[in-house]
Amino acid sequence: MSTNAPDDRRYTASHEWAAENDGVVTVGITDFAVQELGDLVFIDLPEVGAEVSIGEAFGEIESVKAVSELLSPCSGKVVEVNTELEDALDTLVESAFENGWMIKIAASDVTQLEALLPADKYAKQLDDHE
Amino acid sequence: MKTTVLNDVHRALGARLVEFGGFEMPVQYSSIVDEHNIVRNGAGLFDLCHMGRFLVEGERAIEAVDHVTTNHVAKMKTGQIRYSLVLNETGGVRDDILVYKMPDKVLLVVNASNRDKLVAWFAEHLVRPGAALHDRSEDIAMIAVQGPKAESILAPVTKTEWVSDLPALGYYKISDASFDIAGRQFEGHVSRTGYTGEDGFELYVPSEKATDLWNALREHAGDALVPCGLGARDTLRLEAGMPLYGHELGEEWNPLEANLQFAIKTKKPNGFIGRDALLAGKEAGLARELRAYRVDSKRVARDGMDVFDGARAVGRVTSGGPSPTLGCNIALAYIDRNVSTDAKLEVQVRKSREPLVAHEFPFYKRER
Repeated sequence: MSTNAPDDRRYTASHEWAAENDGVVTVGITDFAVQELGDLVFIDLPEVGAEVSIGEAFGEIESVKAVSELLSPCSGKVVEVNTELEDALDTLVESAFENGWMIKIAASDVTQLEALLPADKYAKQLDDHE
Repeated sequence: MKTTVLNDVHRALGARLVEFGGFEMPVQYSSIVDEHNIVRNGAGLFDLCHMGRFLVEGERAIEAVDHVTTNHVAKMKTGQIRYSLVLNETGGVRDDILVYKMPDKVLLVVNASNRDKLVAWFAEHLVRPGAALHDRSEDIAMIAVQGPKAESILAPVTKTEWVSDLPALGYYKISDASFDIAGRQFEGHVSRTGYTGEDGFELYVPSEKATDLWNALREHAGDALVPCGLGARDTLRLEAGMPLYGHELGEEWNPLEANLQFAIKTKKPNGFIGRDALLAGKEAGLARELRAYRVDSKRVARDGMDVFDGARAVGRVTSGGPSPTLGCNIALAYIDRNVSTDAKLEVQVRKSREPLVAHEFPFYKRER
């Protein structure tokens, strides 16, 4: 398994991606994470207005065999939620990096993202793991 | 970690491998749901080589197996297979197994996770003058073909010795067999059991032939036969209401609470290890029973989650997951027997409580 991680954003070791634009961070999970989870059955995302903290769960995603927490790549307030995902989990399989985005966070400190992995390092981490 | 003789085959197929019962096994090749559905509608191919296969031989073999298992082996006909339990002295379950009555010997097929434990247990309680135990797990490979199309795939390539042909092989029966598949010949046995709720067969050949047999079956059946992993095996058996050791069954639990009375012959002559404790437990009153539920939520109830009747904890989920066939989440749970079957129960899924709706047991029965 591998990744097509685009280099316009940053990555967590737990396979979330974070794309920042004007202080708003769009968050999703990588294609690798989607493959690892297998058949998806459920996603639980926060409400608009919820406060999220870096490294803490903002939601969860469940497959036939397992449940995983979704960890926030930064702290801030949720300003938009991709509610369509709940009834269209296949979107994550087809487009983990675009249509499969999960939440947008008004970041309290965008420099938090600097600690995350760039695409090449994220991809290398997967290779090393194999 | 141990591997089966088919490990290279699984890797070549790109299977996702996980640890199960001490073995590295495929949990899925493509998708658990797809593999599940192919077994309900077509045919799936399973590696069962991780399971333990013990032969008991000698003139006292039947008596010895009867002593350590709950079903009645002496009453079985040659070629017959029965589900049975191995109990400890307190009536808890050491393993759930299949017992095969062969000419002059008895074959026991046991769970991978319990293989080593049973070798020691049987050495102490089964082996005696006139009854020898041979662990043949490494020598005999076991491959299953499960699903409504299993018979039509296997019948043309299978020659059965003990019955006229494969369709004549009854459910829970075994026969000597030879297979002529895609130009290759195999000798061994074929049985008709399964852990999926579908019709299906198990093929037994020498381990060195296992890879050949797997490949020949795929060549013969083409796309009609799809390799399936343990993920689908688990969702299939859950729908079929079949217990999984470590989930519904364990050393501390009375199997009379698990709807397994059919396999426990407390009146058989000379009894069996654990019988008195089992009956004493029944006499004292069983505390709980295994019940089936639909989970009225998108959240999945899983093993170990607590079940509540209002504020009162009344049980625990033993197995749970999405049911591809029913299209909802389902669960098995041990529930306090005093709780009414129409009580409005809830399962604690992390921070939320989700409603449980009583469901017929099992969840799925095939049309015959």
